[in-house]
Amino acid sequence: MNPSILYAVITLAVIGAGSGAILYWVASKFKVEEDPRIDTVAEALPQANCGGCGYAGCRNFAEAIVKTGSLDNLLCPVGGDEVMKRIASILGLEAPTMQPMIAVVRCNGSFQNSPSKFHYDGVKSCAFAHITFTGEGGCPFGCLGQGDCERACSFDAIHINPKTGLPEVNDKCTACGACVKACPRNIIEMRPKGKKDRRIFITCMNQEKGAIARKNCEAACIGCNKCVKECRFDAITVSNNLAYIDPHKCTLCRKCVEVCPTNCILEVNFPPRKRTTQSDSPAEITA
Amino acid sequence: MLKTFKKGGVHPHENKFSANSPIQPIDPPQKIFVPLSQSLGAPSKPVVKKGDEVKAGDILATGESFISSYLHSPVSGKIENIDDFIDVSGYRKPAIFIEVTGSEWNASVNLSDELKEDITLEGASIIQKVKEMGVVGLGGATFPTHVKLMIPQGKKAELLIINGVECEPYLTSDHRLMLEKPREIITGTRILMKALGVTRAIIGIENNKPDAINLLSKHASSYPGIEVCPLRVKYPQGGEKQLIQALTGREVPSGKLPIEVGCIVQNVGTAFAVYQAVQKNRPLVERVVTVTGTNVLHPSNFLVKIGTPVSALLEKAGWQPEKAGKVIAGGPMMGKALLNADVPIVKGTSGILVLNGKESLRPKVQPCIRCAQCVSACPMGLEPYYLARVSEVEKFDLAENGAILDCIECGSCQYICPSARPLLDHIRLGKLKVNQIIRSRNQ
Repeated sequence: MNPSILYAVITLAVIGAGSGAILYWVASKFKVEEDPRIDTVAEALPQANCGGCGYAGCRNFAEAIVKTGSLDNLLCPVGGDEVMKRIASILGLEAPTMQPMIAVVRCNGSFQNSPSKFHYDGVKSCAFAHITFTGEGGCPFGCLGQGDCERACSFDAIHINPKTGLPEVNDKCTACGACVKACPRNIIEMRPKGKKDRRIFITCMNQEKGAIARKNCEAACIGCNKCVKECRFDAITVSNNLAYIDPHKCTLCRKCVEVCPTNCILEVNFPPRKRTTQSDSPAEITA
Repeated sequence: MLKTFKKGGVHPHENKFSANSPIQPIDPPQKIFVPLSQSLGAPSKPVVKKGDEVKAGDILATGESFISSYLHSPVSGKIENIDDFIDVSGYRKPAIFIEVTGSEWNASVNLSDELKEDITLEGASIIQKVKEMGVVGLGGATFPTHVKLMIPQGKKAELLIINGVECEPYLTSDHRLMLEKPREIITGTRILMKALGVTRAIIGIENNKPDAINLLSKHASSYPGIEVCPLRVKYPQGGEKQLIQALTGREVPSGKLPIEVGCIVQNVGTAFAVYQAVQKNRPLVERVVTVTGTNVLHPSNFLVKIGTPVSALLEKAGWQPEKAGKVIAGGPMMGKALLNADVPIVKGTSGILVLNGKESLRPKVQPCIRCAQCVSACPMGLEPYYLARVSEVEKFDLAENGAILDCIECGSCQYICPSARPLLDHIRLGKLKVNQIIRSRNQ
């Protein structure tokens, strides 16, 4: 055999073995000790990397859980209760019972209730429209309808209804909070889904005096306090001419909805009933 | 070879329809609405209340914080209310509602037409007078003038620049003021020079106003420290950094103010207001406003009392509301479209421009073709296509590193873009968010 070939093979073998040895030594000297439970927890998560938990992806969330060693205030909204229970059993912790939440849109300033008084010709962005003017309907607190919430959602759960100009949330919502952050007027709120998926909330954010609010929108909260007086559970407060229903105190009795003179309280997923008050009811969101 | 700024610039049509229209006073209507926020900084605090009777020149509100200004009544009348009213911002903001009964002035104001060229006050007293008379920058930014005259420790003013450029298309209020009140403007310039302790002043005027250049040169010739310099017509020559660069060759460093290169820039209208304040004890309660547009019957320059609704000006100039698409406060490049004609004129309103339906429509937005016209046009040497994109995708750290805060919002990029992309709109939002981030970082 040609000796050159032999030398070549031996040289390469030596280099290969030498590199292998260096790599092995480096790998064991600089090995990062990681808790093996992080891998198990990470595997149990949905792998959507959506950020709904508030962390940078599923692995980051797994690290956070294992490092803090408790499940307080930690929830994977996509996986929900099921996944959290599984993680709890892996780590030997108490399984938390979180109330399922959903995004609600607290504005009913549709084209019909709050007709356009101006024509907006700018960038199709709520953030930009907000710094430019009050909004086509004239209410400085109302929905601008440019769709920043729709674009922020990675679950196809919120869409602007072209007939009303308002966003509508469907049952794909995982309560990740992206739309809440995207809305420059803080109109979207995360509220508990409620028993039988029913909830009641005020569909208005306007803090102006009642007469002024009404000028721009028929479905405005005028701060009349009728709902506060009617509620037997002290669930409603009015401040800055605007009512707010505390979801933890509300028992879904619907008495406030009946007495509101501007129909700005919305009851979601209830069976329809005979209305004694006149004028249009707010948009019935059925999801 | 006329002087000009080196980087960027665009050439929109000048459309100075009202250039030959002399300044006419316009009577205020029965009710005026004086917004409390008419300068940069904190809104003024009212010192009057409902039911008070006021004379023209009486103080309505004071400026409490460092950057804020005084507000005075433009009319004699009764305070009807202090409540929210729609203003240029597109929102309802606090304003003083005054029922107008006449134009009786506060006794301390010198109402004579006599030209007073002798300056009797000293530097510090001048600044105090300017503060008490509510003088703010009338170029549009409404920065309180007395604050600008207080040079920070460690910096030195060498040169006063008077901005008579008026590069914004359509607007002619500064032009007419220079033609009709040249000696008052020169005196105002001398007052500012004394307050700053400088011996040199340059009045910069764009070359499309040869009559103003000649007239002011003639009156400035008696004062060796004051020079009038014609400039090449290019937008935005009136931007203070561009003006400094053209007149002195000096470039204001990124993120810094003109005082860094020893310059102070004041609008020609501000110089006039300083003359009125110091020589005549007359507070800033009125200003020249151009009313113009293709379908405006008589493009005019009115002397308007602050608080007069825009509708009064439009009616006097004669407009056709059915043909109007947008009513803009300011010019077509940097102005803002108004929500309705009830909006009151404030200290920063240099003009009202009526665009017809066709002129108001924005062309359809198309994808960026990477032509870099925006980069060529930017007078601050920025990359608008990049800053607009990173603002849109909310990468504000990249925006901050790309010097987005140096943007002067002149609109040259959006004007020149062949795809009609809303570059400035995105950049404005980016600037807002970056400023918020910086504020929370420093807390």
